[in-house]
Amino acid sequence: MSPARTVDVSTLPPGAFGSRSLMWWGTMGIILIEGTAFALAIGAYFFLAARSPSWPPSGEAPPALWWGTINTVVLLASTIPNELAKRAGERVDLRGVRLWMVACLLFGVVFNVLRIYEFKNLNVTWDHDAYGSIVWLLLGLHTTHIVTDFLDTSVLTALMFIGPVEERRYVDVEENAVYWYFVVLAWLPIYGVIYWAPRLI
Amino acid sequence: MTTKTDAVAPEEDFHRLERTWRDPSGVAGWFLHVDHKSIGRRYLVTAFSFFLLAGVLAALMRLQLSRPDNSFLSPDLYNQIFTTHGTTMMFLFAVPVMQGLGIYFLPLMVGARAIAFPRLVAFSYWMFLFGGIFLYASFFLNAGPDVGWFSYPPLAESLYTPSKRADVWAQLITFTEVASLAVAVSLITTAFKLRAPGMTLNRVPIFVWAQVVTSFMVLFAMPSVMLASTALILDRLVGTHFFDVEHRGDALLYQHLFWFFGHPEVYIIFIPGTGLVSTILSTFSRRPLFGYLAIALSLVSTAFMGFGLWVHHMFATGIPQLGRSFFTAASIVIAVPTGIQFFCWIATMWSGRIVLKTPMLWILGFFGIFLLGGLTGVILAAVPVNIQVHDTFFVVAHFHYVLIGGAVFPLFGAISYWFPKITGRLLSERTGRIVFGLMFVGFNTTFFPMHILGLHGMPRRIYTYPAAMGWGSLNLLASAGAVLMTLAVILFLADVVRALRSAERAPDNPWDASTLEWATSSPPPNSNFLRPPTVAGRDPLWENPPDQPFVVGLRSGIRDVLVTHVLDAEPDHRDEFPTPSIWPFVTALATTALFIGSIFTPWAVVWFSVPLFLAMVGWFWPKSPDEGGTQPWPSRRTLPGPNEAPAAGGAI
Repeated sequence: MSPARTVDVSTLPPGAFGSRSLMWWGTMGIILIEGTAFALAIGAYFFLAARSPSWPPSGEAPPALWWGTINTVVLLASTIPNELAKRAGERVDLRGVRLWMVACLLFGVVFNVLRIYEFKNLNVTWDHDAYGSIVWLLLGLHTTHIVTDFLDTSVLTALMFIGPVEERRYVDVEENAVYWYFVVLAWLPIYGVIYWAPRLI
Repeated sequence: MTTKTDAVAPEEDFHRLERTWRDPSGVAGWFLHVDHKSIGRRYLVTAFSFFLLAGVLAALMRLQLSRPDNSFLSPDLYNQIFTTHGTTMMFLFAVPVMQGLGIYFLPLMVGARAIAFPRLVAFSYWMFLFGGIFLYASFFLNAGPDVGWFSYPPLAESLYTPSKRADVWAQLITFTEVASLAVAVSLITTAFKLRAPGMTLNRVPIFVWAQVVTSFMVLFAMPSVMLASTALILDRLVGTHFFDVEHRGDALLYQHLFWFFGHPEVYIIFIPGTGLVSTILSTFSRRPLFGYLAIALSLVSTAFMGFGLWVHHMFATGIPQLGRSFFTAASIVIAVPTGIQFFCWIATMWSGRIVLKTPMLWILGFFGIFLLGGLTGVILAAVPVNIQVHDTFFVVAHFHYVLIGGAVFPLFGAISYWFPKITGRLLSERTGRIVFGLMFVGFNTTFFPMHILGLHGMPRRIYTYPAAMGWGSLNLLASAGAVLMTLAVILFLADVVRALRSAERAPDNPWDASTLEWATSSPPPNSNFLRPPTVAGRDPLWENPPDQPFVVGLRSGIRDVLVTHVLDAEPDHRDEFPTPSIWPFVTALATTALFIGSIFTPWAVVWFSVPLFLAMVGWFWPKSPDEGGTQPWPSRRTLPGPNEAPAAGGAI
């Protein structure tokens, strides 16, 4: 065989973090899809509100502020262990990853339990009227995310403890943290709509 | 990393490489495939099968409408047939067939070994297939949806549709949208991260641009229809009141959510079609595409504008005056980027040397038909005309000109263009011309009279009409055209069968085309390219110098893929891709049980989330290094942090 010009890639690293990795692009794709769904659901809330003479339509009491607000604080606080887990992942630091992912999960337990009380204190059922339906839809959509995020973080954490721990798992840790940020940040407008829109409209 | 002169890989290394990238054969192995060529072929064959099924339904409708007061189909069956026809064509044919072309050709066109997230793509195929089987099983059990392909409330609410028919529609949407969203993410990542070194963003083939733009539209449009259909099914099953006016709901909310998806959907189907036109036109005009940048920007601007004109589907619902004016203007403006593309295509042909092979004939057919569909589109943008012809056959004529002209004609062109690459066999040039002729004449005979019927007041979605209306002869003419189209499709299928059985092999690049899929053998090897290419221009096979370097250093014992930078496609790192896996299939089965079960009880969502969760854990859990041949990362130091400079930088 004759010699030919080549581009030798054998010395390139077998993985990378952040936007250089494929996982980042996959995560961003999911975030765009779900962010769009959240935005449209919020749009639907205001569409229904705008077309109803009063809001809430039949004078229901707005959702009790207490549980939702506590949970917002817990969700925001969970970004601290989340950031530390992300940084530990980027350092390829197994001890740090284990520690901070477990811390994240503890926060997860708290905000998932608090979420039950949020549902109980919405002061309306889904089948009462369209207002009840859209409020339950918004809270349900976000709850799906905190439950699934809790579950997939649990699986990843279990994997980091019982292995086999490949190096590419650290990229997963990083992207898991990025997604956790999304779930927390997406909550803020939903919190504002569910708890404050009925008080301010 | 450097460009250097080196001995090429020895022959036995190619054998090892091909073994590494081979998906298992046999019936059991069939469920494990993750190769984008295998999945892409399945997508194309399955979507085309649904095209045939929906075509049979269309033929039945034409038979029913061929004469007045016909009693061949009952009104109830007719309702199921037109709903299933429209639903199939939009969700089970047009979108998946274009994505199937993307799955098969995107990695080849960018010079990659594989598609990004191969197991996700395999999962998407199973979801698409199961959704389609679910729809047709329901149809044959007399539970086919019968409330139109858009399933508007209040008709689709349980008060007026107490059967399961509207639920079948709503969950079919969930199946197909999950599938197309998964494909969209994979295609975007493939196009941005797996390009051959040297393929900077301004050298990406236009078809790849079209697929990327379409995929972004999918990301933003599909969630809307999923929200709409989910809210509809919640109204029907658990007693919510989203669209129930009695309880402060609003049926118009459904229309907004549906058309916020539904209008972009037209462009999700049409933009890949224009990508095909640009690709084939350039090859058969024997010159690079004129106005590459203008065409790429037209695609992007069409996508943006496509989200700003959904309300023109709702002009008859009492939209405020300001809204009408805005959406009329937007609907007219969107013709501008498409016009720019048309002029670029004309300039390409004008300054080129046209070779009139079958693929090019389909493209010329596209010009005539799509132009007419686009012109009636501009007419329909005007509110007074729109309201006058609303829900008449004029609209049926318009969107068949747009969709068949804009997508099906380029698609047939693409099939005859890429058939040799996919199968290694050539379709007959002579039969191809006859098929095109029959289809072109048949199409116009079927759909042109519908413009006139619509102007004469014939409404859509009626199962028959009295003789006194005077619509009989034009309807008979339309039905005669449908016979020609049926003949064309049968002849086409016969030629496909003949070609597949023939011993004659297609050359690697029968059209002397310029893009990278033609740089490999026909059909391509398991690893796509034994020697991964690099490129030096937009039309690499026309422009690359003879000693254009290729990539070495990817391991042949694992599925090693080169990941490059987004903008300039410089080599960045290697990524080990997954081996064949049963988990996408298992996960799709669990998801299917959840979706179908939810029609019967909301608790199915809870029960079936357990097997779904277990399947996803099985999917995610790594194989032990011995089984999977996982390559250990050499050391921590080789993993640069996110802010460090890229390791690569060789001149190409």
